[in-house]
Amino acid sequence: MQDLINIFVKSIFIDNMVFAYFLGMCSYLAVSKTVDTATGLGIAVIFVLGITVPVNYLLENFILKKGALGWLLGDEAAGVDLSFLSFIMFIAVIASMVQLVEMIVEKFAPTLYNSLGIFLPLIAVNCAILGGALFMQEREYASIGEATIFGLGSGVGWFLAIVGISAIREKIRYSAVPAPLRGLGITFIATGLMGIAFMTFMGIKL
Amino acid sequence: MGKNLKLITDPINLNNPITIQVLGICSALAVTVKLMPAIVMSISVLFVMSFANVIISLLRNTIPSRIRIIVQLVVIAALVILVDQVLKAYVYNISKQLSVFVGLIITNCIIMGRLEAFALGNKPLPAFLDGIGNAAGYAIIMIIVAFFREFFGSGTIAEIQIIPQGFYDLGYFDNGLMILPPMALIVVGIVIWVQRARTPELVEEN
Repeated sequence: MQDLINIFVKSIFIDNMVFAYFLGMCSYLAVSKTVDTATGLGIAVIFVLGITVPVNYLLENFILKKGALGWLLGDEAAGVDLSFLSFIMFIAVIASMVQLVEMIVEKFAPTLYNSLGIFLPLIAVNCAILGGALFMQEREYASIGEATIFGLGSGVGWFLAIVGISAIREKIRYSAVPAPLRGLGITFIATGLMGIAFMTFMGIKL
Repeated sequence: MGKNLKLITDPINLNNPITIQVLGICSALAVTVKLMPAIVMSISVLFVMSFANVIISLLRNTIPSRIRIIVQLVVIAALVILVDQVLKAYVYNISKQLSVFVGLIITNCIIMGRLEAFALGNKPLPAFLDGIGNAAGYAIIMIIVAFFREFFGSGTIAEIQIIPQGFYDLGYFDNGLMILPPMALIVVGIVIWVQRARTPELVEEN
């Protein structure tokens, strides 16, 4: 249990997707003009990361990894290493999961679907999602529970980052920013400063 | 001919993918600690982007528009797997430093963005030039950012010591902050500032 809490806290604050690895920056910059839309996208990312990371974990451990096909081929599986296929498999899983989630949400929660709007399909090309799958592969989590918690935690970290920057951008509109810095420039610098703030968590060993 | 030349020169300054179109930020920030990985990453993007553009442009009349995203992702993923395997075989150290970011070229929005915006509606040759132009615009920002971060952060350029030992003896210190992630954002912010100050028509309203 303690391991799970550690992974959760670590993926939110210490290994924050935006501030430590710059993942999902494109949509982070494009959709952070108002708090409302930022919240919608943030929730959608938590949702999709929480689903795709465990699914990709199963794929990685039962099909792609060296010797992972043991349950199917027995001893012959030791020499089978399909890990070079992982990019294409992960992205296919992500694209289809996003499609599936979109259909399920549309059917069972139309209000949520309307508020998420175009953000759901956009998530398929959000690098935070593929990044989550690739970090899961690199860090070799021990169980599907840990992988799920890691996915959810990364999503929550991303949510915090985008809601934070959108609130700052709403306020910054009333400030006298030098003309060439307006818009994109000041957003970059504000994100940099937020990143420095998040670095205070870096020394924590969990 | 002038039109084709414009396809290459436009993205380098006036329509730069990173500072104006806001595409492909994630990887641009993460691999710019040192100059060498930034150059390798730029070359990989150049390769993937120009060929993906040509392939999609050749297929543009046969892809049903409903499944075009998946087709694009598969084409990009196949090219990225090629690049990844080549990097692992010939420059293993740099491939380790780039870690998940080679895989993340797949979801690098610069590539998807150009495929959607340009390759789907143009002949192969202009699409190829557009790919090269945008990758060059991407590379220029990468190299500028990596140059300053490595120069101030480690006192080296492409692993060659630039700041003489005498300076260190006199009490000069490398600026450790430049190596940390947040400074990448601030350096890009300053690049945007300089660029927009030089070309006032790029200044945003808010």
